Amino acid sequence: MTEVSVAKEDVAATGELVVLKSVNKHFGALHVLQDIDLTIARGEVVVVIGPSGSGKSTLCRTINRLETIDSGSITIDGKPLPAEGKALARLRADVGMVFQSFNLFAHKTVLENVMLGQVKVRRAEKKQAEAKARALLDRVGVASQADKYPAQLSGGQQQRVAIARALAMDPKVMLFDEPTSALDPEMINEVLEVMQQLARDGMTMIVVTHEMGFARSAANRVVFMADGRIVEEAVPDQFFSNPRSDRAKDFLSKILHH
Amino acid sequence: MFDFLEDYDVLGAFWVTVQLTVYSAIGSLIWGTLLAAMRVSPVPLMRGFGTAYVNVVRNIPLTIIILFTSLGLFQTLGIKLGSEDFTVINFRLAVLGLIAYTSAFVCEALRSGINTVPVGQAEAARAIGLNFRQVLTLVVLPQAFRSVVGPLANVLIALTKNTTVAAAIGVAEAAFLMKEMIENEAQVILIAAIFAFGFVCLTLPTGLILGWVGKKVAVKR
Repeated sequence: MTEVSVAKEDVAATGELVVLKSVNKHFGALHVLQDIDLTIARGEVVVVIGPSGSGKSTLCRTINRLETIDSGSITIDGKPLPAEGKALARLRADVGMVFQSFNLFAHKTVLENVMLGQVKVRRAEKKQAEAKARALLDRVGVASQADKYPAQLSGGQQQRVAIARALAMDPKVMLFDEPTSALDPEMINEVLEVMQQLARDGMTMIVVTHEMGFARSAANRVVFMADGRIVEEAVPDQFFSNPRSDRAKDFLSKILHH
Repeated sequence: MFDFLEDYDVLGAFWVTVQLTVYSAIGSLIWGTLLAAMRVSPVPLMRGFGTAYVNVVRNIPLTIIILFTSLGLFQTLGIKLGSEDFTVINFRLAVLGLIAYTSAFVCEALRSGINTVPVGQAEAARAIGLNFRQVLTLVVLPQAFRSVVGPLANVLIALTKNTTVAAAIGVAEAAFLMKEMIENEAQVILIAAIFAFGFVCLTLPTGLILGWVGKKVAVKR
């Protein structure tokens, strides 16, 4: 069933940034992550796809320890993931995360959302933090919304602010947990375009998504998960045109034909 | 009809009531917030302490707590709270007792407010590298407070009326004076009505103003 192989070699040369080794996790009786081995190189864009309940979101959340793991190891930039406390907070500052439900701080303006981490975690000067926040908001195309509250923005705008908020920390790697799943169809592209640009700029990205178009165009590698396992890893062209596992063939046949 | 009032300092007595209320409100807001923080903290010992404190204190009648501050803390243990003047000591003991009692209710109001903050807010805060204290003070509590202004107004109104219990240890607040006047004067119903009116004057604006504030600061999601 497990056919892990391929593609690791062609990117590993630039250095390993995130390494998961035989990671296991249970939710009660459910074995959500089963012996996950995954290595993400610096600058690589990895898209994780798979059916609902396959464990892809959980996988994404273990990488900054929003979910704990039962066994195995996760290292980021050579350092094992700390348990709790200051070291973990420091690590999280280096790992940007974008959520399905945006999770912008509801009581703060868009600008304050992007400044908070810089000021409170990075100890940046308010002025510099604001300048950087405005630049990032401009980069994701919502500069004109800086003084509004999150609830006044559309979903697509909120998600772009969330990306800016994560980028403000100068993360080594960005995690995207189904960033477009809560969006109206017409807003999906504005978020994907920002992510495409980010990928082109060389950001290391782990993206859990159902957007096959994004996987095709932006990913260096596609990781296909089902039932808590990594079933297949391949470059996008090969995965979409010629999947090897039956599970992946079945999955693709269900989503690509309508 | 109101001539007899000239012999009594009604406003002075209500001023003591206001002072009791304000000091106790500030104290119980601080201590209640700390208790709420303990109740949601990841440290089991703190959670246990917070839970035990709330469940013990809120189930003891306030009169017993206030009497204990006088009989237990002051007369038995000799705790004078930094004063030699009986009036001052009793006032401070009453404030201490009111804080101890009211903070349990502040804690629970606040904790229900914390529960209204979506879990994603705290996750996003942790994800940018904020520590537990920062997550609580910068993201969760500010939103929690905004959603419990109404319930906190209830606690504050209850506190204002509860200050009358301080009369039990001789603090010369409004109810203390009322008892004295009822003993000395014939217009019993009039006296009671005056004091009732006085309390409504204190609590009604509290409720109205905080109700308005609550709407104003509500977090839109």
